[in-house]
Amino acid sequence: MEYKNTLTTCIYCGAGCSMYIETIDGQITGVWPSKTHTISQGRLCIKGWNVTEFVNSPDRLKTPLIRKGDQFVEASWDEALTLIADKLNAIKQESGPDSIGLLTSAKCTNEENYLMNKLSRAVIGTNNIDHCARL
Amino acid sequence: MSEIEEIRKLVAERLTKGDAKGTTIDGVVALCKSSDGIAPYVFQKGDDLSGLEISPKYPVMTLVSKLHKMFPTIRLGVVARGCDERAYIEMAKRNQIDPDRLYILGFACTAEDAQTCHCLAPYPKQLVVGTPPAPGPINPLVEKYDAMSLGERRAFWKQQFNKCIKCYGCRNICPECFCEACAMEDMAWVEPGLLAPPFPTFHMIRAMHMASRCIACRECENTCPAHIPLTVLYDLMRRDITTLLGYTPGADIAAKPPLSVNLDEAPLRVGAGH
Repeated sequence: MEYKNTLTTCIYCGAGCSMYIETIDGQITGVWPSKTHTISQGRLCIKGWNVTEFVNSPDRLKTPLIRKGDQFVEASWDEALTLIADKLNAIKQESGPDSIGLLTSAKCTNEENYLMNKLSRAVIGTNNIDHCARL
Repeated sequence: MSEIEEIRKLVAERLTKGDAKGTTIDGVVALCKSSDGIAPYVFQKGDDLSGLEISPKYPVMTLVSKLHKMFPTIRLGVVARGCDERAYIEMAKRNQIDPDRLYILGFACTAEDAQTCHCLAPYPKQLVVGTPPAPGPINPLVEKYDAMSLGERRAFWKQQFNKCIKCYGCRNICPECFCEACAMEDMAWVEPGLLAPPFPTFHMIRAMHMASRCIACRECENTCPAHIPLTVLYDLMRRDITTLLGYTPGADIAAKPPLSVNLDEAPLRVGAGH
């Protein structure tokens, strides 16, 4: 029997609560709040307690989907990212960089949000970037 | 040798030599320290025991129960405090663990633990390591509550339960909460999507279900993000169960829980209590 508790940070908001994802023989078997973590100190909200719910959900999307006609079609990451880049480039060329806006998320890490800023201001060339709480 | 070193040595011994009767032990449930902090762990033969810890306390009996159910022949040890042993006693009575497949390595809590937990029995009966500290004081909030009028008591709970964010943490962390269908998730009692939860139903459902089960480990209060003094509620419930039905949860593995037997066997003490 292999017993493991993996420390991770809750993905649901920006508070940064910490929990252990418990696995037994590689299967998720539960969540323990981390009592030694500075931020959450052994406490979680309902989302944190149920943070593993989506992992094995049959509804979980595991690949990007591209809309073709009136259908969503499964695609590879390369395919999806190339399509997004091509479309953004085309829009930028046609209407300028300020015709594009980026919305980031409290679910992202600080570092991911930093990269979104880079992408927005340095790569695309627009200051149109905001976070989901102001949607 | 310090208390923790003694525990590590005994766990190593049990993993190699088996329990007191020489029966093999497949794993010992305790806490393990790593760069990720301190979390429950199952130590097995050959594991490095230098990371074995006993603090901060986690409800380790919940893990024992999970493993006993998943692996029907597994034999475990557990490094247990007084409250873990009390949890073990009430779990055994409700078929949540198999006492024949569990060895208890009991240790005494520190005097400081006993104080902060307001613990009346800060050491297990099967004490192996440590010296029993003096019991902690009675929760001062319970004394304050006792002095309140009925109206004040209602106002007190109304104010406290209004803080509830319905995380279900008190239920999730509780070693004695193991119903397969939880009444706190039953739409007939608790309408989904509303905050605060229905007063006083939501918290009283759990309080009633914990009668004769709550072993005063304080995990519910410690995990409550809204800082609701839940142990006041459960201390009062425990006091009623002891006064009215003569039952102390976690004290005696042979004593039958009064709510699991009929009243002929456990008559109410008419006139007792308050």
